[in-house]
Amino acid sequence: MPDSTSVAAVDPHAASAHLAHQFEDAEQQYETASLGMWLFIVQEIMFFGGLFTAYAVYRSMYPNAFAQVSRNLDVVFGTTNTLVLIGSSLTMALAVRAARFGTRRQLVTYLLWTMLFGTVFLGIKGMEYHHKWVEGFVPGPGFHYTGAGAEHAQLFFSLYFAMTGLHALHMVVGIVLLAILAVMGARGRFGPAYSTPVEMAGLYWHFVDVIWIFLFPMLYLLGRH
Amino acid sequence: MGTQKSIDYLNVDYGIRSWLLTLDHKRIALLYLISITVMFALGGIFAMLIRLELLTPAGDLVQSDTYNKLFTMHGIIMIFFFLVPSIPSVFGNFLLPLMIGARDLAFPKLNLLSWYVYVLGAIFTLWAMVSGGVDTGWTFYTPYSTTASTTNVIPTAIGVFVTGFSSILTGVNFIATIHRMRAPGLTWFRLPLFVWALYATSLIMVLGTPVLAITILLVGLERAFHIGIFDPALGGDPLLFQHLFWFYSHPAVYIMILPSMGVVSEVISCFAKKRIFGYNFIAASSLAIALFGFLVWGHHMFVSGESVYAAMVFSVLSFAVAVPSAVKVFNWAATLYKGTIELSAPMLYSLGFIGLFTVGGLTGLFLAALGLDVHVHDTYFVVAHFHYIMVGGAIMGYMAAMHFWWPKVTGRMYSQLWAKISALTIFLGFNLTFFPQFVLGYLGMPRRYHTYPPEFQVLNVLSTAGASILALGYLIPLIYLIYSLRNGERAPANPWKATGLEWTVPSPPPPENFDVIPVVDEEPYAYPDLEVQSA
Repeated sequence: MPDSTSVAAVDPHAASAHLAHQFEDAEQQYETASLGMWLFIVQEIMFFGGLFTAYAVYRSMYPNAFAQVSRNLDVVFGTTNTLVLIGSSLTMALAVRAARFGTRRQLVTYLLWTMLFGTVFLGIKGMEYHHKWVEGFVPGPGFHYTGAGAEHAQLFFSLYFAMTGLHALHMVVGIVLLAILAVMGARGRFGPAYSTPVEMAGLYWHFVDVIWIFLFPMLYLLGRH
Repeated sequence: MGTQKSIDYLNVDYGIRSWLLTLDHKRIALLYLISITVMFALGGIFAMLIRLELLTPAGDLVQSDTYNKLFTMHGIIMIFFFLVPSIPSVFGNFLLPLMIGARDLAFPKLNLLSWYVYVLGAIFTLWAMVSGGVDTGWTFYTPYSTTASTTNVIPTAIGVFVTGFSSILTGVNFIATIHRMRAPGLTWFRLPLFVWALYATSLIMVLGTPVLAITILLVGLERAFHIGIFDPALGGDPLLFQHLFWFYSHPAVYIMILPSMGVVSEVISCFAKKRIFGYNFIAASSLAIALFGFLVWGHHMFVSGESVYAAMVFSVLSFAVAVPSAVKVFNWAATLYKGTIELSAPMLYSLGFIGLFTVGGLTGLFLAALGLDVHVHDTYFVVAHFHYIMVGGAIMGYMAAMHFWWPKVTGRMYSQLWAKISALTIFLGFNLTFFPQFVLGYLGMPRRYHTYPPEFQVLNVLSTAGASILALGYLIPLIYLIYSLRNGERAPANPWKATGLEWTVPSPPPPENFDVIPVVDEEPYAYPDLEVQSA
């Protein structure tokens, strides 16, 4: 999280090139962008919140079936992906730091690492989806499940695909954002005077990671002994 | 007016690009004004067709399938494409920076994007309508919407989903603006009450709309891919849909009514030439309504099968939300008391708001009562109640705002005489349309049917007659307001002698709003004291 001391370090004169006409100074502009991003994250939380609510309701309605069916998810894939995402959060934080210091090479390197981690996550997720497809666990007319908890298995997998799919979509958006920032960073657009876009993208990236931190135990681990 | 033509936001640039790519909050407000007026006219045409069908007991004008589509499209257009964006996107957009002494909203590009998102959603919805329509009701209840309906549910759902993000972006923009863009000295308790109302509205937009978005998305997924989140055949629960839907759609009523309350606070104080009574309470009651509004959604589901205990809690909370609403009404009444009242057109609309909102609010208490709700559930009593809130309340406030700030927006004065005639026409037409519906509902006429027993005809004829008068009442302003654009007297900066920063700049305002950012050193509504006036 950006702390207040780093904000005070911003030199308003050097930043004037980035100052939009509706703001008085760079600090006001930064504070406003930051608040706007947090508000956007609040709406994202409510957006995912609807799905989490649906999951909580059905999990409490059919606890045994959900616990049984969830064992069909691959914990090795899930754990690997969790580690990959935590790694990406580290490189993202380092990228924000590099943007503030204006170390161009470092910034671009860390952004590329973050994108790489994100892509690895999506690749592993794709493999998982493929396995589920082959096993016939994709909800719809072709759904086929005979194990324990079969009567509510489709409900579980509907939620699984909706939640992880929406999360993956957010990852794709994040990777595109980071690619744009990497190009801008390579052209030297960020430095001590102005690093707001990188910081805002960082907030978004961390948020998407946090969503996964909740999805992973809820979908993969809960009820598995 | 001076001999030299002054530069304002309207004449600073011409041409279609200068409008479609504008980042000026005032121009974006006008883009919204034009779009929502088109949607309002469309929703109004559907309403008139509904009322014409109900003129006679038999289903002689349209078939039942067509009737289902008519009330669905009327609801979807009026709620998502007119009422929700109406005051925030037009007058909030135009006035918020002017009222707080800023050059623009915090995020002008986001503001323009929100308009394009709105238009995109409208195009999807209109396309769904012209290519066959949709018949689920504006509520999209499952499993009908996901498995049974054969109409264009998915394009309509996409339209509503997309438009929701316009609302979210506006909410984010307003909250950030109110927090960070206030002029020096403009503390929270010096803000105009309209700004407080916008703040409370924006909170609901940011917290509520995403829940509707995900719910509609799930309905679309379930319908398109048969994945079954709400499908009872797979163990899904249609009640979950209703909970998620009303979690947004009840607070959405406060998105519609809170801005109108803000408008009324401004207008009442101005035309009573008196400091608003109980400023802190009116400001706090806006936030209280936004907060309580999130905790009452279950009163839409008293007969849907929620537990008795849940129903009791929702009933009590629904009664509780009446308290902050009543606080406002009493404060407006106290502001009028011993004021120097001028019955101008905006004031007539505002007084109309207070009366009609009070009726709508009090009948809401009937519906919050568990026993009585069972009797009148899904009858015309409910229809009358929410139209008193949404039309009698929200649109009266919208019309008050239109007449109060029209000189500021356009730089022209309109005909007071015609404006007063239209205000009275709307008030009379509205009551004649919807008051009989309270009686019809209490007698047991259910909503959403295109035929009814002959004994209900007299009241239905009254209602349809009222709707015709109401339609006329909305057409008259269209004529004299457009007429005023060329022929109206030029408006001074402050035609009503009102307080507030928006009245300190020329009408229409210059592109950058303020030459010098003002410093605020006094309370809002600093109208002269009565003793001083009479002395």
